[in-house]
Amino acid sequence: MEQEFLNTPYMKATHKIGMISGLLLCLLILIFPFAVAVSFGALPKWKPLIDGVIAVCPMYWAVGIIEIFTYVPMLGAGGAYLSFVTGNISNLKLPCALDAMERAGVKASSEEGEVISTISIAVSSIVTMVIIMVGVLLIIPLTPILEAPALNAAFAQILPALFGGLGVVFVSKNPKIGLAPIALMLVLFISIPALNASTVGIMVPVGVIFTLGYSRILYKKGWL
Amino acid sequence: MEFSVNHPLLFILVGIIIVAVLGQSVLFLVRALRRSKELGMDGNVIKKTVTSAILFTIAPAIAILVGVIALSKSLGIALPWLRLSVIGSLSYETVAAGSALGALGLDTATTVSDASDFVTVAFVMTFGIIVGLILVPLLTKKIQGGLIKMESKDKRWSEIFNNSMFLGMIAAFLGYVFCDVSNLFHGDTSCLVPPLVMVTSAVIMMICGVISKKYKVRWITDYALPLSLIVGMAMAIPYTNWLG
Repeated sequence: MEQEFLNTPYMKATHKIGMISGLLLCLLILIFPFAVAVSFGALPKWKPLIDGVIAVCPMYWAVGIIEIFTYVPMLGAGGAYLSFVTGNISNLKLPCALDAMERAGVKASSEEGEVISTISIAVSSIVTMVIIMVGVLLIIPLTPILEAPALNAAFAQILPALFGGLGVVFVSKNPKIGLAPIALMLVLFISIPALNASTVGIMVPVGVIFTLGYSRILYKKGWL
Repeated sequence: MEFSVNHPLLFILVGIIIVAVLGQSVLFLVRALRRSKELGMDGNVIKKTVTSAILFTIAPAIAILVGVIALSKSLGIALPWLRLSVIGSLSYETVAAGSALGALGLDTATTVSDASDFVTVAFVMTFGIIVGLILVPLLTKKIQGGLIKMESKDKRWSEIFNNSMFLGMIAAFLGYVFCDVSNLFHGDTSCLVPPLVMVTSAVIMMICGVISKKYKVRWITDYALPLSLIVGMAMAIPYTNWLG
């Protein structure tokens, strides 16, 4: 039955539309810097370009590849096609989809899960784009409000506020699996100064691979 | 044509891309809503999914807008608007823009006035994020096929596999919340703000769960995550005032 779900007309069309729209949007996004260069008759500065690419690409390409294998199974196909175009996956789209699927009692590898994940991510993407669009239009009056120290303090704590709530839901349901990776991550993040906000993305695959290995051992021993 | 970081042409180019991305989201949303009806899914569940996603998105989206404002000081509004409402993430774009500006001998507080500098930054930011955009359309079907195959072989392990992935990701972010706590030994109490916010959010989530079970108020669980997020963020203000 699960195999059949991949062969439904809806899923076949989802993959087809996702692939075509994803590649077209990728092309459009790639064209942007070229279009700016042509419009203003300006070539990039080669040495800073190469230095910048060397500083950014190796890490982000490696993380990007691992993120695909980590996030696609959690997001489902429709959710993945949308999320990797609209961005802000770990701090917005993925928690939104996980919460929606959890409440609806469905999983990403079912057609109902696909539908719920796609709806939550599409709605979240549209709302984000609209809010930013409105914000950009009102940027002059909004800037002093949004840059107020009090609000800055709140915005700086989005990830702790997000994962505190999400952690309760998932850890309470799977304490046997959850406690060891949390203990490991606590030790690593507290003892290694280089692990911080900018490197947390690298630690997500590390956490996932460790948890998979750990739970596989527990499962093989019959403890789960 | 004289260059400016807020040149109308940049807004037109960005506007075209954002409308195209918006179109993709609307298309997927409409298809999923239609499919939910065909599958006979409960209309209330779909309504709650939509409402909860809207509520949940507001606070993080405003934080992303703050990121746009921060980057707009050097790059104008159009490029950060594109990068943060589409494709990128708050943490990536700040690092990528910072690295590119640094390579040009500039910083995020100085407005880019030269078109070549701007194009260089735009190229670096685009190249850095392009891997996901290229590979997801090519790999998603294969990854999903592999998961379904695994599920057909061993259903129980497949469930554990999914839960392990969620928990591995959550564990990494919970670890991150504590990344600065060793600063406490140097007298810096501000490092306690993230753990306190996390605990506050967790407590709100637990209270929602208890109320839902004890008083049979099922709807509260539908909004528990947005509520815990907003209360956690709101409490960050007094915690920061208190601990610095």
